Amino acid sequence: MSDFLISFWQTYNTLFYTIFIHGMLGLSIYLTLACGLLSLGNAAFMGIGAYTSALLTMKAGFPFGISLIAGGILPSMVALAIGIPTLRLSGVYLAMATLGFGEVVRVVLLNMEITGGSMGINGIPQKTELWHLVLIMGIIIFFFIRLRDSKYGRAMEAINEDEVASSVMGIRTTYFKVWTFTAGAFIAGVAGGLNAHFTYFISPREYGFEPAVDILTFAILGGTKTFWGPIAGSAILTVLPEMMRFMGPYRLAVNGIILLLVVLYLPNGIVSRGTFISLKKLFSERKSNA
Amino acid sequence: MFYQQLANALALGAVYSLFAIGFTLIFGVMEIITLAHGAVFMVGAFAGYTAATKFGLGIIPCLIISMAASGFIGFVLDLVAIRPLRKKKFHHLAPMIATIGCATIITSIYQGIFGAEAYRFPFDFVPNENYEFRGIQLTQLQLTIIFTSFILMIMMIFFLNKTKWGKAVRAVAENSRTGALLGIPVERVYQFTMIISSSFGGAAGVLTGLNFNTIHTFMGGPILHRGIAVIILGGMGDIRGAMAGGLILGFAEVLSVAYISSDFRDAVSFGLLFLILLIRPSGIFGKKIERKG
Repeated sequence: MSDFLISFWQTYNTLFYTIFIHGMLGLSIYLTLACGLLSLGNAAFMGIGAYTSALLTMKAGFPFGISLIAGGILPSMVALAIGIPTLRLSGVYLAMATLGFGEVVRVVLLNMEITGGSMGINGIPQKTELWHLVLIMGIIIFFFIRLRDSKYGRAMEAINEDEVASSVMGIRTTYFKVWTFTAGAFIAGVAGGLNAHFTYFISPREYGFEPAVDILTFAILGGTKTFWGPIAGSAILTVLPEMMRFMGPYRLAVNGIILLLVVLYLPNGIVSRGTFISLKKLFSERKSNA
Repeated sequence: MFYQQLANALALGAVYSLFAIGFTLIFGVMEIITLAHGAVFMVGAFAGYTAATKFGLGIIPCLIISMAASGFIGFVLDLVAIRPLRKKKFHHLAPMIATIGCATIITSIYQGIFGAEAYRFPFDFVPNENYEFRGIQLTQLQLTIIFTSFILMIMMIFFLNKTKWGKAVRAVAENSRTGALLGIPVERVYQFTMIISSSFGGAAGVLTGLNFNTIHTFMGGPILHRGIAVIILGGMGDIRGAMAGGLILGFAEVLSVAYISSDFRDAVSFGLLFLILLIRPSGIFGKKIERKG
């Protein structure tokens, strides 16, 4: 048994690392989705964080912790700069501005000298340990638990339900929207830094439109009613591709189909009351049939 | 030199306008943003390419086939992703996310079939001749692109303003409930809007493929970003704004490549988008936007 466990761990330990990193990314987009906003820029924020922290540890010799935090702060500054003009308007503008923004980040990373162009950065010291991930994930989850019943969490829920009504109630909607967008960028940046120090290779291609859609799929599949949704969604979608290897080039289509089916049939995601009710129905039907 | 650049910009911008006109019409009528419009564009380009290489057809039949193919994809998109959501009371993000899913499905199927390599239209598909007009060189290709785009766009404007169906489309765009009360078949109008807008996207795909002489399965992404910039520039849902916005983006891109650097060509559209969001979020011709709940 222990032999089996050891060989299992040796084969699949990278998968656990990836589950944690994807979980953080899912949570980073959850913040904006919980406000009823669609941000397609989280992959770009992850990229900014990854490059910042990798360059700080490699070129400037910063300790790992500090470069991680810097890798969170820079994307959130950028998010602030994009968020203030776009979030004054309706949510649609954020989706479109972030879509374009992701492209710009990719182009800039491709053309700058310090980022290594299309070759990316190679040989980043591997500093991410599993316990770092567990610790940071724990901090983030603690933050989300505290957030849920706080002023901020309730404001987010109100804005999601009805933005006009909540602004009439005296909630500063733009302030809260900018805040969630910025905080999401911070989490994505930290996740990017952790990922860079785990895969020791980063290139602009990893932060384009497709990863942005992947991150969105994590959150939509899991559901955005509670923060456990994106965590569950990213765990499922990290393990699933391993089983889908036989699909070859059509593997990406699976993501698309999941996205479509969830939006149509499970609008609140997997971790929601809807699933619970339909499961209950399924089981009670089985019982009555038997 | 400057006038030469303007001629190039006109060919580029005309195609952007053609792509954005459908994109903005969908938003105007259905109040959704289909992020699958880039994939529809790619489908149109490949349909035109297949018609040209497999059946050896000329440019006009190719355009018609490509418009039919992409119009069909638009119809399927509406049937599969958008109509079911319309039936329910949906969250305003739902159609956007559903169309992202559709775009991913379409693109990955095409990547499975055509792979990642670039395809070219047959040599001499458009005769390789130059015309000189007061020192400005215009290739026949550029002229074809400019004329086709403008003829299609004028047809669209004529259709919307003068025909019965066009008036129905505009009425639904104004207020779908009142339209329904007046006896307009609103569902059919939505379907029709998706088909016609997508077919315009497909035509833009063929023309872009000709302009750059490459077609590949990733071509939907960049045009989608530009389309977004253009419709915000022109004011969302505004047909004439989209036309003007496309031309402005074309000029901005060509001039930035000519006088600054070609590395950041893909970033110009975002710069423009960001600028307009800061200064005049309702678009260049836009009125003040009322916030809707």
